[in-house]
Amino acid sequence: MTAPYPDHDLVCRAQAGDLDAFEALTTRHERSIYCLAQRILGNTHDAEDVTQTTFLNALEHLAGFRLESSFSTWIHRIATFAALKILRKRRGLETVSLEEATFSSEEAEALPLPEFIADWTQSPEELTARQETRQAIENALAELDEKHRLVFVLRDVEGFSVRETAETLGLTEANVKVRLLRARLQLRERLTRVFGDPQRALSRHHHHQPAAAPTAGASGA
Amino acid sequence: MKCTDLLALLNDYVDGAIDPSLCAQFEAHMVGCNPCQVVIDNIRQTITLYQNGAVHELPLPFRQQLHAALREKWKTCHPCPSPAGDPRSSTG
Repeated sequence: MTAPYPDHDLVCRAQAGDLDAFEALTTRHERSIYCLAQRILGNTHDAEDVTQTTFLNALEHLAGFRLESSFSTWIHRIATFAALKILRKRRGLETVSLEEATFSSEEAEALPLPEFIADWTQSPEELTARQETRQAIENALAELDEKHRLVFVLRDVEGFSVRETAETLGLTEANVKVRLLRARLQLRERLTRVFGDPQRALSRHHHHQPAAAPTAGASGA
Repeated sequence: MKCTDLLALLNDYVDGAIDPSLCAQFEAHMVGCNPCQVVIDNIRQTITLYQNGAVHELPLPFRQQLHAALREKWKTCHPCPSPAGDPRSSTG
């Protein structure tokens, strides 16, 4: 899907005072901002709130926006922080991080081993193209614990670095990594139960450690 | 390298941040371990799924409200540029 204009032109026009250009930018990005807010907050009302705040904020600060970064990244950051602010407010934790100090045990806990292992019957592109499967994808994410969901959304979906994710959520980097791994493994498990081909399910007990000496051609440089 | 060792390195491998010497061992393991291969595949697909994007449609009334709010805000941020001009001259 190629856009008629890159954001760059629309941003320049909007900065020069063209409201239509700003509305076109909004139209282009409103769904993904709304989706991000839904994923973080899990309800429509708050997602609408964040979406409106984000674009009003962007409008207000448009003059200060520098074109070195992408408009999309910029508004996604605004939305992420607005959504996290609502989460904090929900808990009455205005000034403190989202976290309680419960992570020490987390890293020590054994990782859940993959249980249902099977190739998926459809490609990610096919799965995101259809309404029913899209809903199943969102449900799997919504069912994650919030602490895992937030790390996954920031790191894997929004492209925050490990450090940025840690700073944004008030976590250590080690903690971000553990949570990300758990989030990925849990999502994989849930999605494979929905999209995996049961006829091609594999057992992880099926094999033991592979032979120490690989067959010809398998050894690396 | 055992399957459980792979799990611990999975993030670094998927993110392309794995130490090269470990990477070779990781890949050697996968050559002989179909379940691990499939798990790594599934994980990559999982990430792609959520990056593929916008799933939720904006409810139409909200979309209208949003754009109305933007137009309202725009007026306060962009008062008439020329004091002599007709403030309505740019509407349309």
